Amino acid sequence: MENIIKAERLKKNYSSFNAVNGISFAVKKGEIFGLLGPNGAGKTTTIRMLTGILKPTEGEVHIGKYNIQKESMEARQIMGIVPEMADAYIDLSAIRNLLLTGELYGIEKEKSIKKAENLLKMFHLYEKRNQKVKTFSKGMKQRLILAMALMNDADILFLDEPTSGLDVESVRLIRDLIRKFNQEGVTIFLTTHNIKEADLLCDRVAIMNYGKIMAIDRPEMLKSVIKKTSSVEVAFKNLVEEKVFNFKEIIEVKKMGDKFQLYGNKMEDIILFLINHSQKTNNEIISLKILEPSLEDIFVKLTQKNENF
Amino acid sequence: MRIFEQLKRSFAITKKDLSIYYLKGSVIIQGLLIPAFVFISFILKREMSLDMMIPGLLGMALFFAVSAITPVITPWETRMRTFERLVSSPVYLWAIILGDIMASVLFGLFVVSFIVLAGIILLGVEIISFPLIFGTIIAAFCFSSLGTLISAPPADKPSDIMLIASIIKFPLIFISGVFIPITEMGVLKILSFFSPLTYYTDLARYSIQGTSYFSPVVDLLVLSVFTIFLFVIAVKWHEKSLDKRF
Ligand SMILES: Nc1ncnc2c1ncn2[C@@H]1O[C@H](COP(=O)(O)OP(=O)(O)O)[C@@H](O)[C@H]1O
Ligand SMILES: [Mg+2]
Repeated sequence: MENIIKAERLKKNYSSFNAVNGISFAVKKGEIFGLLGPNGAGKTTTIRMLTGILKPTEGEVHIGKYNIQKESMEARQIMGIVPEMADAYIDLSAIRNLLLTGELYGIEKEKSIKKAENLLKMFHLYEKRNQKVKTFSKGMKQRLILAMALMNDADILFLDEPTSGLDVESVRLIRDLIRKFNQEGVTIFLTTHNIKEADLLCDRVAIMNYGKIMAIDRPEMLKSVIKKTSSVEVAFKNLVEEKVFNFKEIIEVKKMGDKFQLYGNKMEDIILFLINHSQKTNNEIISLKILEPSLEDIFVKLTQKNENF
Repeated sequence: MRIFEQLKRSFAITKKDLSIYYLKGSVIIQGLLIPAFVFISFILKREMSLDMMIPGLLGMALFFAVSAITPVITPWETRMRTFERLVSSPVYLWAIILGDIMASVLFGLFVVSFIVLAGIILLGVEIISFPLIFGTIIAAFCFSSLGTLISAPPADKPSDIMLIASIIKFPLIFISGVFIPITEMGVLKILSFFSPLTYYTDLARYSIQGTSYFSPVVDLLVLSVFTIFLFVIAVKWHEKSLDKRF
């Protein structure tokens, strides 16, 4: 498949601070590509450079056959963009917002009205099309903004944290529609700080932190890293010492007050070991939790891996 | 053709601005009331003749109407998080700014025609002339460009920009021959040459009183130069501050 987004040695400095530090990657036509990273990783800065809103300090971006710096209008004509925490015009109705977008993309009126009505139905907003956006919930607004980004039949959608902070129903609808549009051939570039979202939606994920991409791979790779950084938190009725956790599947033990966090690859085995221990020593387990790794854990893991190379 | 397409998109922004910011009772009433009050207070206080006052009033009304909203649109939209969507659409920044300018020009022309109409009906002042109509349109573009220039610093607090706007706008009123004709300003006259409002009031004086400091051609020419200059600077500055807006 051909590359539809190509970023080369992208760099963005804010005075002396490197928000994005020389990243390169390519997104293939028809992919859902995710940029995953914690707050402040440089995701938004990256997406703004890809869409031509920010000038890179160094490096180049190609969208299809266009250089985003030199042919920004042509490139944007084939892009749909949902900026981070964007809002629609709250004093206009939903349909007016969509029609305004249509005008900004030079779509003729008849076609624009049809398209807007279709999208309103698809995003479950048709009944409220004439209501001012002021009256909308956050989830409804985000659906509208996504619909606005789809007015121009874009080839590529750029979504900056598209489901962050929304209600469950909106999140599900938005994810379903992202998949649907992708199946119809739209390439999707999204950012998220949510590992699950990256796993659920993306064909490939780039993991970003401190302005750098640390890995680009299929979400399966993420999962294997996640497994390696999963942990169990356990507390026994009678206090135990660290040395009782001497078991081959437990890689690391952290004491947290009266609890212990046990890291390892095979959670099932570790849990069985704990139950065994409890029965053998007649020491009741009073709490047992499986902890999902945080993004931080994953980055630590990835950095370690990189250092080993 | 490319430019024409961009202008069409500018006009979409104009329509948006008009319906969101201008077609509001409070804004329209303010646009009309402020000049009306100033006008009345002048009639009461001074023994200035009407045809002396009307040009100044016209200048002031146009200046305030046109520059009332333009300075706050960009900071407001930055704050309301609609601006990034706007600049990410296939519309050049100059076309976006021009859209904002056209909205305030239309609003300014509406306010001024109202005043002119009132002047004609109530006071029987002869004011309509070709140079004045032409000059009013150019001046509206000019003052509006000044308004968008004021909105260029990358603030997202409309109140900050309002403060800057007041600091710039009010002194201009006093050095532009609105209250005191330039001929009576003495050495301070030099200052008035730097204000675009001077040339518009001067043009209005010419149309109404038949005499003016500069010739109408000079007035029109200088207003046009100011307009282009202010517009270009506004666009350049907005481009610069885009990096800091987000
Ligand atoms: N306009 C700006 N000026 C200075 N620093 C900025 C600016 N925008 C972003 N940053 C900094 O750049 C880093 C990356 O920000 P951002 O791209 O928004 O990260 P993310 O979207 O991954 O949360 C952050 O540390 C942020 O504080
Ligand atoms: Mg972000």
